[in-house]
Amino acid sequence: MADLRSDFVGIKSPNPFWLASAPPTDKEYNVRRAFEAGWGGVVWKTLGIDPPVVNVNGPRYGAIYGADRRLLGLNNIELITDRPLAQNLQEIKSVKRDYPDRAMVVSLMVPCEEEPWKYILPLVEETGADGVELNFGCPHGMSERGMGAAVGQVPEYIEMVTRWVKASTRMPVIVKLTPNIADIRKPAEAALRGGADAVSLINTINSITSVDLDLFAPEPTIDGKGAHGGYCGPAVKPIALNMVAEIARDPGLSQVPISGIGGVTTWRDAAEFMALGAGNVQVCTAVMTYGFKIVQEMISGLSEYLDDKGMTSVDQLVRRAVPNVTDWNQLNLNYVAKAKINEDLCISCGRCFAACEDTSHQAIAMSEDRTFSVIDAECVACNLCVNVCPVENCITMETMAPGTTDPRTGKVVEKEYANWTTHPNNPAATAAE
Amino acid sequence: MSQKVFEPGISAGRLEADAYAAQFSDLHPPLDPHAALVAADRCYFCHDAPCITACPTDIDIPLFIRQIATGTPDAAAKTILSQNIMGGMCARVCPTEQLCEQACVREEAEGKPVKIGQLQRYATDHLQEQGKHPFERGEATGKRVAVVGAGPAGLSCAHRLAMLGHDVVVHDARPKPGGLNEYGIAAYKTPDGFAQAEVDWLMQIGGITLKNGSALGADITLEGLKADHDAVFLGMGLGGVNALGATGENKAGVLDAVDFIADLRQAGDVAQVPIGRDVVVIGGGMTAIDAAVQAKLLGALNVTLVYRRGRDRMNASVFEQDLAASKGVRIVNHAVPVAVHGNGAVREIEFEYVDADMKGTGQMLRLAADQVFKAIGQTLEGDALPALEGRKIKVDGTGRTSVDGIWAGGDCASGGDDLTVTAVAEGRDAAIDIHMALVG
Repeated sequence: MADLRSDFVGIKSPNPFWLASAPPTDKEYNVRRAFEAGWGGVVWKTLGIDPPVVNVNGPRYGAIYGADRRLLGLNNIELITDRPLAQNLQEIKSVKRDYPDRAMVVSLMVPCEEEPWKYILPLVEETGADGVELNFGCPHGMSERGMGAAVGQVPEYIEMVTRWVKASTRMPVIVKLTPNIADIRKPAEAALRGGADAVSLINTINSITSVDLDLFAPEPTIDGKGAHGGYCGPAVKPIALNMVAEIARDPGLSQVPISGIGGVTTWRDAAEFMALGAGNVQVCTAVMTYGFKIVQEMISGLSEYLDDKGMTSVDQLVRRAVPNVTDWNQLNLNYVAKAKINEDLCISCGRCFAACEDTSHQAIAMSEDRTFSVIDAECVACNLCVNVCPVENCITMETMAPGTTDPRTGKVVEKEYANWTTHPNNPAATAAE
Repeated sequence: MSQKVFEPGISAGRLEADAYAAQFSDLHPPLDPHAALVAADRCYFCHDAPCITACPTDIDIPLFIRQIATGTPDAAAKTILSQNIMGGMCARVCPTEQLCEQACVREEAEGKPVKIGQLQRYATDHLQEQGKHPFERGEATGKRVAVVGAGPAGLSCAHRLAMLGHDVVVHDARPKPGGLNEYGIAAYKTPDGFAQAEVDWLMQIGGITLKNGSALGADITLEGLKADHDAVFLGMGLGGVNALGATGENKAGVLDAVDFIADLRQAGDVAQVPIGRDVVVIGGGMTAIDAAVQAKLLGALNVTLVYRRGRDRMNASVFEQDLAASKGVRIVNHAVPVAVHGNGAVREIEFEYVDADMKGTGQMLRLAADQVFKAIGQTLEGDALPALEGRKIKVDGTGRTSVDGIWAGGDCASGGDDLTVTAVAEGRDAAIDIHMALVG
């Protein structure tokens, strides 16, 4: 059995699955239930300076669905905790005392001045918490007050506040990044310069989930009006994975520990984040959809996967895929593949044909009896047929062996690697000498 | 079509030789990986799920289905088997339409439950076909436990005891282990030798010695077992068959349905099993259905299942009743046998129609019969057993009998339905209680 124990910037937990700072970690009651269910740690919902913020009294969430009403994306307009600071601190202390083996990180968001940070950090330290996470990412409500994403979108502010925090606490400091920015590396660099021990990403994405076409108002609608919220859930995972990878593969940032967040729902999602550089993952929407129990599947799944791969600890998975993330101009243009349809698995729906015939390269043939086959002379291996096929592994991409002739181009597949930088069509090509 | 189907009397080979394989093939062919993923996708991962409550072994169904959905069927199998070591057999024989699948919220929403039974089979087959056994034997306790009966209750109890580090000896009167899984269930529910394969897989835990051909009362005594072991678990099922109470019931051709099913299961070639042209089965439970359907599959021309009460009172599920009907079995309700006619061997059986209170109406029914299969319940056999409750061994919630050091479970014990899955749960729970008593 692989060892799932995690050590993230010195914060230990029995597994790498933490709950993200969000509604599920707002209260002692919830966090105790989470720990009973098996979660390795939590980031307590963001604390602020009293008086507490107030939340709207109407809908806080909007959703988008896939088939069968599967929740794919959630949007929220909830603010940081709306409970008094002292009450949260007392509850954090109580839970940490009873669950000393679990990670207890406290998320913080106070005005962009040094004094409030100097005030709140000792109070958090006193609870016995293992670390703090700076919420520089919340995209709604708080940003309008000069906090959250308003800080996270200005690298200089991130650096300044991180430096203040590091000067006022011995606890590890994790800086949580907003994705509502052009280049995620800039705020990560700023956090590093400020002395951050780690970054966590992504926070939620500015979004409007839908529009009520009778009220002509965005959802969620409060008395006929709606405001943008923060988007999260499985739908944001690809955006989060890319941002994690951008940091992990940057030479200047490659040593920064990353806590991966964004649509993690199953063990597989967690493993993907970790392979791209995350030391652990944080989960929110999945538990808001299915409850805390899903961590059991994450534990059994990751454990089985590590065993299958002959890995004995989670550290052996972290960053495993980072060397294979590259720029487009480094991709091998001499690699040639062709789609192949397995007629035994094919259910003859014709979706591959529609996709290829209407929108791609007319590389799929359809017979009178609805047999579908790939025309190698037309196939560019774009993968669209694989993506739209409803049956797993029915259409696969088969690599052409070097020395064979690609019927589309009439050229022999070359064995040597060659990318765009040396391609004759590239005006800026450098001669491969 | 073979002319032999019309031949009167009892004979083997009524069908064309090549017809039998299809007749006795898997009732529910296994899901392929694609079908399993589509089926798993439908589970809502309900909180405090009604399907778990409906399962006698409390399998965490939403969790194992989620594990299938996330591509880890072996983890799913472990979730199942940790609660029910015979999850593979139960996936095949459980009346899921009365248990988990009836409770599924999608049955309520759409009349189409998640295919829990088939998904369970997908996961357990995936693990067991690799020969993997996901449990390890605990540290040896030095305690010895005797188990009587190598059926679902006995083997479930033995496996859990072995896991907990005890040494277990399982005695069974029959030549093969498995109990009703091996001898008492229709062939089309568990083809390809699955019952024995499951026993072999289960035995991988170690620490269990099987003694077949060792019958309580003949080869071993309860007193002897008790003297030689730290605890005894009785799971020998019900050996006897109730009498019809009809005149002439001792005529040739009047048989116990359980024997017919056992003979069929043990036959190397089902084509060699003789069957009547006209067959009457008496009873309303799963055994009656299994006998009637298999008589039909063997090529009997007319098979009639007669039950003394209405269809709603039959122990066989609606699914089973419909299965019988779809195979061409005629179901007659509200009739009790009064006389078996024939010169030496049965030729006809006579019934009287009865009202809802089982009172005779004076209206009679005569059915031609070359064979009559009795499936009207079984009885406990044996002397010097612990105290009974009704006609079964009296047990408390964890299987304790009236005698200190003796536990019981499965069909021979009071409480619970006579289902494979219930027997497994009772065997498991008794094992845990025995463990607590021995080392707790």
